[in-house]
Amino acid sequence: MRRVLALACLFAILGIGCTGGGSTQISSIPSVSGSGEPVTLKVWSAFTGRQLAQFDHALAMFHKAYPWITVNSSGAIGDQKIIAAINSGTPPDAVLSFVPDNVGKFCTSGAFASLNSIIEQDGLDMNQFVPATRSYTQFDGNQCTLPLMADARGLYYNEDMFRAAGITGPPQTFSELTADAKKLTQFNPDGSIKVAGFVPWWGYYEDNLAEFAHQWNAQWFDANGNSAAASDPQWAAMFTWQKDLIDFYGEQNLAKFVAEGQAHEWASSNDFEIGRTAMAYDGEWRVAFIEAEHPELNFGTAPAPVGEGASDMLGSSLIGGNVVGIPRGSAHPAEAWLLIKYLATNTDVLVYLTNALKNLPTTTAALNSPDVQLEPQFKTFFDIFSNPKSTFSPILASGSGYQDPMTSFGASWQAGKVPDLQQGLQQVAQQTDDMLSLG
Amino acid sequence: MGHAAVPTVRPGAPAASEAERRRTRRRVRLRRRGLILLLLSPWLIGFAAFYVYPMLASLYYSFTRFDGISPPQWAGTFNYRFMFTKDPLFWKSMYNTAWMIVLGVPLRIMFAIATAIILTRPRWGIRVHRTFFYLPAMVPPVAATLGFVYMFNPTGPINQLLGLLHLPQPLWFYDPAWSKPALLMLGLWGIGDAMIIFLAGLLNVPLQLYEAADIEGANALEKFRYVTLPMISPVIFFSVVIGVISGFQYFTQGYVASSVASGANEASTQALGAPQNSLLFYPIWLFEQGFRAFHMGYASAMAWVLFLIVMACTIVLIRTSNRWVYYQGGFR
Repeated sequence: MRRVLALACLFAILGIGCTGGGSTQISSIPSVSGSGEPVTLKVWSAFTGRQLAQFDHALAMFHKAYPWITVNSSGAIGDQKIIAAINSGTPPDAVLSFVPDNVGKFCTSGAFASLNSIIEQDGLDMNQFVPATRSYTQFDGNQCTLPLMADARGLYYNEDMFRAAGITGPPQTFSELTADAKKLTQFNPDGSIKVAGFVPWWGYYEDNLAEFAHQWNAQWFDANGNSAAASDPQWAAMFTWQKDLIDFYGEQNLAKFVAEGQAHEWASSNDFEIGRTAMAYDGEWRVAFIEAEHPELNFGTAPAPVGEGASDMLGSSLIGGNVVGIPRGSAHPAEAWLLIKYLATNTDVLVYLTNALKNLPTTTAALNSPDVQLEPQFKTFFDIFSNPKSTFSPILASGSGYQDPMTSFGASWQAGKVPDLQQGLQQVAQQTDDMLSLG
Repeated sequence: MGHAAVPTVRPGAPAASEAERRRTRRRVRLRRRGLILLLLSPWLIGFAAFYVYPMLASLYYSFTRFDGISPPQWAGTFNYRFMFTKDPLFWKSMYNTAWMIVLGVPLRIMFAIATAIILTRPRWGIRVHRTFFYLPAMVPPVAATLGFVYMFNPTGPINQLLGLLHLPQPLWFYDPAWSKPALLMLGLWGIGDAMIIFLAGLLNVPLQLYEAADIEGANALEKFRYVTLPMISPVIFFSVVIGVISGFQYFTQGYVASSVASGANEASTQALGAPQNSLLFYPIWLFEQGFRAFHMGYASAMAWVLFLIVMACTIVLIRTSNRWVYYQGGFR
C-alpha cells in the first residue's frame, strides 16, 4: 500500500512539475508606454539564406520607423524549437512560423498570446487583410497570429506544346485536363513516358492530395465534425479521376517517370521547366524560378481545374502562408505587437517582400499596389488568392495530423493497392475519427 | 587494597568506549560515503535530471492526453489501448523496424566479420586498407543517406551500371519493395565501426589454437567454425545487443531518405515514410505523433512500449548467450 501511495505521490508531483508552464496565459497585450526607452526584441523565423536576409531588411525598415526598438533576428527555427522555448520560459519576443497548421494548437493552448483585445484597443482594421488569411490566422474566434505573405497554387502550361497539340486554352475541369493531358503526352519507342501531359501523382512536386481535394470541394469533415472521407462523394470522384489518368500512362510507367524527376523540383532541371511535363500544378513562386532559370520557356498560368460538381471552386485554390505571433512569456509583448502589426500591415514592407520573396502580399492595399513589379503570369495568383473560395485546410486544435490516414490511403490507392475504393475510404474515415479521439 | 593509586575501571566503561568507536567508525563511513557522493554528484545530477526525471515524466505522460504545451489530462490506459487497437500505422512502423533488425543486424555482423577477416590478410599497406574501410563510418548519417539517395536515383550511377550489365534497374527509394533493401545497403556500407571491433577480436585469437587445429588436420572452414567463431563470440554477442538496440532507434536514415525521395518539404505529411509507408519506422511515427501531431501523451506511451520491447529483447539475448558465447577467461 505504501508503495502504491508513493507512486501516486510521484505521479502527482510529475503532474504538477511537468505541465510546461501551461497554466499561465497572456490575456492581453499591454500598449506601448511611448517612453522611447531602448528595447531589443528577439525575433525567430523559419527563413534561411537569401530569404532571411530579405526578412531582415524588412526588420530594418521597422527599426527605421521605431528607432528605439532594435530587432535581433534568428532564422532557420521551426515550430518545435519555438514550443520548446515557450515551455522552458525563454521564448523570443515574436515569431514567424511557416506552419499555419499549428495555429489551432497555438491559439487554444495559449502558446501564442491572444491578440483580440489589442486589435480592438488599437482599432486595427482586420478587413485590410485578404479574406483567405482568416482561415489560418485565428481559431474559434481567437486571433493569435497575423498573416505575413502567402502562397497560392495554380496550373502552369507550356504554350508551345499547347499550340502544337491544337489546344486553345487551359483546362477548367479535370475532365478537360485529362483530355488535354492525353493529347500532350508523348511516349518513347520502348513505351516509357517522354513527355507527360500532366502528372496526377500525390507527392509529385506540389501535387498534394489536400490541394486537389480543394479543387474537388471534397470536405474533410461533416456537420458533426466526423470525417467525411466516405460520406462526401467528391473524395471518391477525385480518386476515380486520378486512377483513370494513371491507367492511361500505366502505373509502373508513371511511377518510374515520377521517380526520375522527383528530386528536381527545386532545381533548374524541374520537369516543367525542361519540358518533361506540359502542364504542372505549382505555386506562384515557380514564375520567378522560370524567369531566372529558363527565360526562353513560353508558358502561361491559370487557376487549377475543378472537379465535376465543384464548378464554384473555379478560380480558387488551397492557400498557405506565414504567420507572425507573440509567444507566451515574451519579455516585451507591447513592442512585439508594434513589430508584428507593422510587418503585417505596412504596405511598403509587404510590397518589398512581394518583390523580393516572390510570394503573395497579405493585405488588399499591397495586393493592389502599383509598386509590385512582377511578371504578368504572376497576376493569376493574385486573383486566385483574392478569390473568396480560396482557403486553408481545416485547422484543428490538434494540428494537421487528421490528414495522415487520407495521405497514407492516397499513396496506396495510386499504386493500385486498394481493391475497393469505398471500403478504403470508410477505413480512412474510421482512422481519422480515431485519430481525432487522441485530442 | 589501596584504591587511590589504581584507576578504577567502572563497569560499563568498555561499552562506552566501544560505542564511541562505533560512532567514530560511523562518522568515518559517512564521511567516506559523503565524499563518494560528492565526487559522483556531477554524474548523479545529470543522471537524475536527464534520465530518471524524463523517464518518469514520460511514464506519467503516457497515461495522459498531453499536447506538449497545455497541462496534461489523465487518460488512464487510453493511449496504450489506442496503440494496439486503433492505429494501423503503429503496426506498420513496428513491422518496418523489425524488418530492419531481423535482416540488418545479422547481415551487418556477417559483412563486418568478412571485412575484418580480409583486413587481417594484407601484407602491405595494412593501415591504409583499414582506414579506407573504416572511413564510411565517419560520414554523418544525413550526408551518407543523401549520397545514397543520389547514387540510387532511378537515373543515377548505380542504375546506369546495372543498365550496362543488362540487369533490372529498380526504382530503389521510390519503390516500396526496394526502399528498405536500399537502406540496408547503406547500413552495410557503413560497417566500419563494427568491423574495427571484429578486427580487434580476430587479432586477439591466440595463434597456437590455429597451430593445434592445423596439427589436427582442420581445414580453413573448420578452423573458422571451431576456433575463430567461438573466440570472437563475445564480440558477436556485443554487436548483436548493440545492433538490436540501435535498430529499434532507427530514425535518421529513414527520415531523410523518405523526405528526399518524396520531394516534399519538411512540414509536409506526405513525406512521412514514403514511399507508401515503407520507410515509416517506429521512431519516425513516434516523432510524428509527439512533435507534429501534438500527441505527446501518445508518443510517450509509444516510447514506453519501445523501451519494454528493447528491454525484453536484451534480456532474452543475455539469457540465451551462455549457450553460444564462449568467454576465454571463464567469467560469464
